[in-house]
Amino acid sequence: MIHSLFLINNAGDLFLEKHWKSVISRSVCDYFFEAREKAVEPDNVPPVIRTPHHYLINIYREKIFFVSVIQTEVPPLFVIEFLHRVAETFQDYFGECSESTIKDNVVIVYELLEEMLDNGFPLATESNILKELIRPPTILRSMVNTITGSSNVGETLPTGQLSTIPWRRAGVKYTNNEAYFDVVEEIDAILDKSGTTVFAEIQGVIDACVKLSGMPDLTLSFMNPRLLDDVSFHPCVRYKRWESERVISFVPPDGNFQLMSYHISAQNLVAIPVYVKQNISFFETGSSGRLDITVGPKQTMGKTVEGLVVTVHMPKVVLSANLNATQGTYNYDPVTKILVWDIGKLNPQKLPNLKGSLSLQSGAPKPEENPSLNIDLKIQQLAISGLKVNRLDMYGEKYKPFKGVKYVTKAGKFQVRT
Amino acid sequence: MSASSAFSDEKGGSASEPEYGHDPASGGIFSSDYKRHDDLKEMLDSNKDSLKLEAMKRIVAMIARGKNASDLFPAVVKNVACKNIEVKKLVYVYLVRYAEEQQDLALLSISTFQRGLKDPNQLIRASALRVLSSIRVTIIVPIMMLAIKEAASDMSPYVRKTAAHAIPKLHSLDPEQKDQLIEVIEKLLADKTTLVAGSVVMAFEEVCPDRIDLIHKNYRKLCNLLIDVEEWGQVVIINMLTRYARTQFLNPNINESLLEENSEKAFYASDDEEEEDKKAEPATLAKRKPYVMDPDHRLLLRNTKPLLQSRNAAVVMAVAQLYFHLAPKAEVGIIAKALVRLMRSHSEVQYVVLQNVATMSIKRRGMFEPYLKSFYIRSTDPTQIKVLKLEVLTNLANETNISTILREFQTYIKSMDKDFVAASIQAIGRCATNIGEVRDTCLNGLVQLLSNRDELVVAESVVVIKKLLQMQPEQHSDIIKHMAKLIDNIQVPMARASILWLIGEYCEHVPKIAPDVLRKMAKSFTNEEDIVKLQIINLAAKLYLTNSKQSKLLTQYVLNLAKYDQNYDIRDRARFIRQLIVPTDKSGALSKYAKKLFLALKPAPVLESPFKDRDHFQLGSLSHLLNAKAAGYQELPNWPESAPDPSVRNVEVITLLERVTTLTSIPDWSKCSSRKDRKEKKVEKPFYSDSEGESGPTESADSESDSGSGSASASGSDESGSGSESEESGEETESDEEEEDEEEEKKKRKKLDKTKAKKQAEESAESEQSSSAEDRKRGRKAVKNQKSASESESESESSESEEESEEESEEESESDTNVRKKRTPVLKQPPKQSKKESKKETQEMSLLDLDDYEPAPASASVTPVNFLSSSLVSDLEGLSLTDTILAPTTLAPSGSIKMYELLHRIKGEGLAVEYCFSRQPFSPEPNMVAVQIQFTNNTNSETKNLHIEDPRLQSGMRIREFAEIDVLAAGESVTVVMGIDFCDSTQAANFQLCTHTRKFFVSIQPPVGELMTPAFLTENDFKKEQGKLMGMNEILEKLTLGEKCVNEHVIVERVTATANLSRVPCGSDKECRFAGKTVSSGCLVLVTVTTKEGGGAQLTVNCEKMLIGTMLVKDILQALSQ
Repeated sequence: MIHSLFLINNAGDLFLEKHWKSVISRSVCDYFFEAREKAVEPDNVPPVIRTPHHYLINIYREKIFFVSVIQTEVPPLFVIEFLHRVAETFQDYFGECSESTIKDNVVIVYELLEEMLDNGFPLATESNILKELIRPPTILRSMVNTITGSSNVGETLPTGQLSTIPWRRAGVKYTNNEAYFDVVEEIDAILDKSGTTVFAEIQGVIDACVKLSGMPDLTLSFMNPRLLDDVSFHPCVRYKRWESERVISFVPPDGNFQLMSYHISAQNLVAIPVYVKQNISFFETGSSGRLDITVGPKQTMGKTVEGLVVTVHMPKVVLSANLNATQGTYNYDPVTKILVWDIGKLNPQKLPNLKGSLSLQSGAPKPEENPSLNIDLKIQQLAISGLKVNRLDMYGEKYKPFKGVKYVTKAGKFQVRT
Repeated sequence: MSASSAFSDEKGGSASEPEYGHDPASGGIFSSDYKRHDDLKEMLDSNKDSLKLEAMKRIVAMIARGKNASDLFPAVVKNVACKNIEVKKLVYVYLVRYAEEQQDLALLSISTFQRGLKDPNQLIRASALRVLSSIRVTIIVPIMMLAIKEAASDMSPYVRKTAAHAIPKLHSLDPEQKDQLIEVIEKLLADKTTLVAGSVVMAFEEVCPDRIDLIHKNYRKLCNLLIDVEEWGQVVIINMLTRYARTQFLNPNINESLLEENSEKAFYASDDEEEEDKKAEPATLAKRKPYVMDPDHRLLLRNTKPLLQSRNAAVVMAVAQLYFHLAPKAEVGIIAKALVRLMRSHSEVQYVVLQNVATMSIKRRGMFEPYLKSFYIRSTDPTQIKVLKLEVLTNLANETNISTILREFQTYIKSMDKDFVAASIQAIGRCATNIGEVRDTCLNGLVQLLSNRDELVVAESVVVIKKLLQMQPEQHSDIIKHMAKLIDNIQVPMARASILWLIGEYCEHVPKIAPDVLRKMAKSFTNEEDIVKLQIINLAAKLYLTNSKQSKLLTQYVLNLAKYDQNYDIRDRARFIRQLIVPTDKSGALSKYAKKLFLALKPAPVLESPFKDRDHFQLGSLSHLLNAKAAGYQELPNWPESAPDPSVRNVEVITLLERVTTLTSIPDWSKCSSRKDRKEKKVEKPFYSDSEGESGPTESADSESDSGSGSASASGSDESGSGSESEESGEETESDEEEEDEEEEKKKRKKLDKTKAKKQAEESAESEQSSSAEDRKRGRKAVKNQKSASESESESESSESEEESEEESEEESESDTNVRKKRTPVLKQPPKQSKKESKKETQEMSLLDLDDYEPAPASASVTPVNFLSSSLVSDLEGLSLTDTILAPTTLAPSGSIKMYELLHRIKGEGLAVEYCFSRQPFSPEPNMVAVQIQFTNNTNSETKNLHIEDPRLQSGMRIREFAEIDVLAAGESVTVVMGIDFCDSTQAANFQLCTHTRKFFVSIQPPVGELMTPAFLTENDFKKEQGKLMGMNEILEKLTLGEKCVNEHVIVERVTATANLSRVPCGSDKECRFAGKTVSSGCLVLVTVTTKEGGGAQLTVNCEKMLIGTMLVKDILQALSQ
């Protein structure tokens, strides 16, 4: 299936290659470079590139292109999903997935890739199993390793691969047994010029951090499971229980994992926490423009809106911005043409306002379209959909775990058209 | 630029004289003496593992950067047997990378792997096989073949999985091994573990995807295992099963597509055509047969559906394409939601999903209509995503939603991304052609765009307007005029050419303007682009033909200009046209037809989606994405005209039966075995249909069609409900004959058989899984035949043997009791009623018990049975099966009860305390484990006030203390019973034992086997419950029986000694089954020990509580292998 993998950074340097079958010359990447140049933006590189003898399937993540070489028919999503899993594994292991960390840990990276694929077919992709096979580097361990020359390969043979629940390793022990769940909801919305909602929906995930000894069997139930329109689960969740009882029953993996993601569709009314009053105009003469943006609270359920950031992708002709913000700071990057206004906490008494003039390239025609605004925000202690976790029960083990649930609402792809 | 840097990199790597000094991997420190890797060789030769490791790490880093490290091969290969695991692993990495280049040297390492293949540790065996098969050296093909074959029958499923992985490796190395490999694949396909399933199907797809016949027997198993297979395997299996289903089942939409055609015709047909249609209709109607879905087809759809909830986008896509290609139209809709969900994922995932959605939305527009807004475009989307979303929006446009879509399109036109704007304009054009109502609106909108300042926008609009105008030019001469004016301003060649073409084509509608335009164009001819020049010539020719008076000279002028143009196409065109339109002496007959040639009515272009008809590729495949066949793509077959024989998927039991009959000459034995077979067949039903039972209420559509399918198979094959009735009547006559010379008991038995048969018939009628029912019936038929054959000989004997068998071999008696057990409830009530009641009971219980697997109800419904039969059972099975309810006083008899020490007499200052698990129910609280405690006073004085104090327990655990012992005289001992609820865990119960003088801290920790009480199940119940506890709840272990475990009896003894379980009767002498339930929560614990030739055995434990299951396995393994 997956023949080879090349890692290429944003500058076009190929800094790692791995082959699972016979070796394929890296000149095959020339086709990729060609497509890369044509695409201008890295986002626009087609994920599947056809070359005379191979197919290149690539993903772009953390400023690195993961380019895999395929020779025969395979579902493209299969490869894409796998490459993302690789990137996630790196992130899990090294804290971040960047060129420098990969270069620093090239041996571990190689060992990981070796375990994850066998002859191009995924073998062990569960983080728990991999961690049993290859220990993730920690500062302490890497120090000890350099002194003693001991290895980062697990001495014990992994058992997780053999068990019927491959995502959990056996013999987990903690002194503090704890299980924390973060309900994170993101609002995806498009608002039009007048402030009416064109489209809005909520995407939620439940991230879990479970550190429990033994083989706990957990059951998580909601107060209002009917809200959920569509769900997807970590493989540990028993589908049937969800189907029949709307409870989430699972034997958790050890550590951090995403338990489920859900979707609350546009059919339900989605509360929009903020409104934006904006007026951006460019003048026909004098090559200048005016900008006036005010943000105010709308439906916040009595919570404060924090981390409010407004991002505007300005037209190419905008040279600079001379603005005045009543709250927070703004920054205009004349190269990328991005205006970022970092507001911070939203004060309902005194609404933040950004106002001033834009100067345009002289002589150029005034931009056709007003740029749309992207809003970023955060509301603590609130799931905007109203979803509530009812209770968490544990079976199979006798100790009493600490349990906790946290709710956060964020703006996802929240856009205001102007 | 970037390409060149990479290229030079590569050159550096592969050049004959590598410049190692430049290698950044060397870390700078060693760079000076890095030449020729001498230092690395030295390090590899040293005795220190740490040096070796360091060297290997650097070598791997070199490989990772694409540097050549092949000259180190001899030094590295020596370390293949290194003890250090990491060194070993890195050597493997190196070996796999370079073995192909250095075949001879690579052979040195082979023996190490061959040794590894024999290692007792399964993980080492697996890794040896993995590396061995990854070494691409042709010489070792026979060794690999042998290793794969051996590993394919390994005890460990993990090794078998590795074997499956090795198959495609060997196949690519040496395709001639295909036939042998197919044999291995066939063997592995029959494997029942989820671990192997995904890998072997992957091997199947790579080696022999056309051998669909290998799948038949495993089809149902694969469907049922699917949900527990790891996610990558799921993708492969689902894709393969899609192809399989296309060859084996009928098109579920066959009638609908006919219907659709008809309605479509009627919709578009003009009045005079309609009559014709009416005639045609009965013909098509007659052709239509009632479609009934094959139950196996349904099974596939049902078992894949939950996977739409997978977190893995590839799995979701695989299920979606399966539904798109296989499901009845009404059911395809469910995939839309999941696909829309994937749109939130990474942009690459979005890209692929949108491509597929685009294809689907052409065929099944309705499916995505509710999610229209999810395809709205954000300014931050990458262009390729925007364009695809636009495609989907266009496909979804219809009369009702067009206004919203157009409004949305209007905002897109203002975007800064010009490519996207162009695509939006084209999309508007397509909407306008497809939906007549909005054509004028769109046209007006597009005309407004003509005054846009951006040229690209104008140009694109012109091109689209041109296409739209072609549909109805008469009404729009003013637009044509408007566009004629635009020619002065528009510079984009394509747009100019389009305008000129329009004017030329419809010059009759704008007779005054056209010559003027030509005049202007003639003036600027030399400065135009080629494409525009061609259209100027075209316009001139058309005008010449319609209005030669005004344009004759202009045309001549243009043609003359063109004659000397640099482009030969233009010169050619000019010559060609001059000959055609200007009549000369030489010009032949053609010029007469010039007008017809140029001014022929041209059909309006059809604006089609580029995704039209892409669905002949399997969706989600690479080929579909590229719209071209990729190497190794397996064509999705067309539905067969008539369904192939569905019975090929039946897992054969009949052959087994036949074998039994031929082997056994003793009639009574054969009878017994036939009964056994019947049981086994019956057991199959829950295995295949359990998911059905559970998902039944949620899927109403399913159950409907299922019931239909039942009747379908009925008409298809003669084994229908009525068939079974006739069978029954056959049996009745038999029994009538027998009644004359049979004694009383025998008669009864026959009747019971009959009622049993009736019950079975009823069940089969109820069962939705008609195929399994068929199976069973066929089996029964065979039983009957055989019966009648052996009847005459065996009749007299069988009744006697019935009684004798009790003292005879155990296994025989078991099967007998089993029959009795089944019979006993029937004795009391008519079968129907009893069934209903038990059902009701189950329901009630399940209301109380929120547990998924409903173990309690099952056992509850069984209890009355064993209540009645318990005495019999105890007679037969020995005391180990003693019913606890009936005989509370008896102790577990198998082996002596193990005593544990609670307090040693020295530590206890003369007071010795021992305890044992009496295995009796603790009467005050049934969910407590009874612990029998024996106090012995070894002192000379009496001990007073013995009692428990201050129990320190894990949460949930409870203790029921024994009553205080007032006085324990010197030298005497006393026994008390206390109850502890361990909450089904092996956590110790800590408490203080107090006397009148002292306190002792003691703790009782139960072995896992004591946390359960026997449960009495019939064989059928056992199988049914086991079927419910598959997947994660099942633990399989292979073991070698200890020397003393020679016969079944010992095994039973050992198991029951280890755990407080009761034996479940079982027809097979190779199997021992045990059942119990946990004391505090009542979860079922099922244990099966299957013995094999040569002392091997397999242990299966099914328990919902995985922890208990694992611990129990460990204990029993220990007990059996001693």
